[in-house]
Amino acid sequence: MSIPRDLQYTKSHEWVRVEGDSVVIGITHYAQDQLGEVVFVELPAVGDTVETGEEMGTLESVKAVSEMLAPLSGEVTEVNEALEDNPNLINQSPFGDGWLVKITGSVEGLGMMDASGYAALLEAEQH
Amino acid sequence: MTESDSLQKTPLYDEHLAAGGRMVPFAGYSLPVQYTSLAEEHTAVRTKAGLFDVSHMGEVFITGPQAFDFVQNLSCNDHSKLAIGRAQYTGLMYPQGTFVDDMLVHRMAEDEFLLVVNAANRHKDVAYLQGLAKGIDGVVVEDRSEQWAQMAVQGPEAPGIVQALTETDLGAIRYYRFVWGQVAGRRALIARTGYTGEDGFELYTAPEDAPTVWRALLEEGGPKGLIPAGLGARDTLRFEAGMCLYGQEIDAETTPLEAGLGWIVKLAKGDFIGRDALQSQAENGTERRLVGFEMLDRGIARHDHKIFLGETDQNPVGSVTTGTQSPTFGKALGMAYLPTDHTDIGSEFFVQIRNRRLRARVIKLPFYSREKKSVSA
Repeated sequence: MSIPRDLQYTKSHEWVRVEGDSVVIGITHYAQDQLGEVVFVELPAVGDTVETGEEMGTLESVKAVSEMLAPLSGEVTEVNEALEDNPNLINQSPFGDGWLVKITGSVEGLGMMDASGYAALLEAEQH
Repeated sequence: MTESDSLQKTPLYDEHLAAGGRMVPFAGYSLPVQYTSLAEEHTAVRTKAGLFDVSHMGEVFITGPQAFDFVQNLSCNDHSKLAIGRAQYTGLMYPQGTFVDDMLVHRMAEDEFLLVVNAANRHKDVAYLQGLAKGIDGVVVEDRSEQWAQMAVQGPEAPGIVQALTETDLGAIRYYRFVWGQVAGRRALIARTGYTGEDGFELYTAPEDAPTVWRALLEEGGPKGLIPAGLGARDTLRFEAGMCLYGQEIDAETTPLEAGLGWIVKLAKGDFIGRDALQSQAENGTERRLVGFEMLDRGIARHDHKIFLGETDQNPVGSVTTGTQSPTFGKALGMAYLPTDHTDIGSEFFVQIRNRRLRARVIKLPFYSREKKSVSA
């Protein structure tokens, strides 16, 4: 299962990529696999303020509803509008075209894991 | 003890693991919710074929000289014309006319009936049946669920696949009929029944024969598009076909008349448990009725979401029994109880989905039938 080395990860299976002042957020390959085919995405609005660990939207598969948690606090500056018509991008390309939102803010001190830390977490969860 | 410690395995457990099944607890059993993809499994059943392990279902036998009268008394349907080799869908009734369970009644012999009941209700059903049988000479209630495995082969290719593995002429088994035969060389009860809205068979075998039959079906059916399908697809398939699920559309608080199952209520057959309550409901009308609906706003209604008639109303008038994105139609559909005067096709209402109140519209049930293959308003 792929875990890109240039990203940071949360225990709740989100990934973040820091791009200057802004942070791109998505869910991991493992998370989309657990969820199944995503058929509906409810994203926050641009300009919304989100808080670390709080729900900022929802991802739904045929079977289940999953909360989209904000991995950091900040203001939403961009959302992936392509997901509205094609939520399956999250399954096809969780680390690429299936990104969710961009937030201005910092992930410093939030206990993000690197790729090897996240790999160890997945290992532990599966055994 | 947690649920996972006490989970039972079906005779096909190892087959599920081998096929990559994602195992989940369901009614005390460990069963696959999906193998590769719910949508793929769903589509396979609609267009080719799917193979389900339904060994968790309960098989309860009612035998003895009084068996017919006993079954006729506890069921709302009329089994007086149920010949040997035929099955009927019905409700196991409380005196209030509500459901202990829904079930299939098979007439195995003049004085022997097989009731196929929901796994989650099996122990409750057996206790209820045994309570009713107490003091009646000439009827025996026996739970033989552990002695049976059950597989469902469903989809347009299902008859051809099963036919290739049996000498029995399947063309002679019409809908809701069954015969004993051999499938892949193993003794099986072959019933033309199912819970998907497609043609197909439910095959009952001895537990030790189930893996052989399962593998033979996969081998024979694989080239014809058959894949194993999990509980997830089973639920979306039965939902699209407008079939009720105990615990969602029907329960101890709902009657068949409210659930749109008036066709299984035979008030003219004579007395039976729940008849007075159902008679009165039939005469006075029900206060609520089960409807199908589609979402008009973007969002997916789910089980237990509350329903409001007005956008700012304080009091819900009902709730969603099942709601999902329909894999066949690619849209969010649901079933719900609404006040009867608000159940006309085209009536609009609101579903509270988290912090939003979204518009929905009543449409015809079932959403899917294999003759029409369309959502119709």
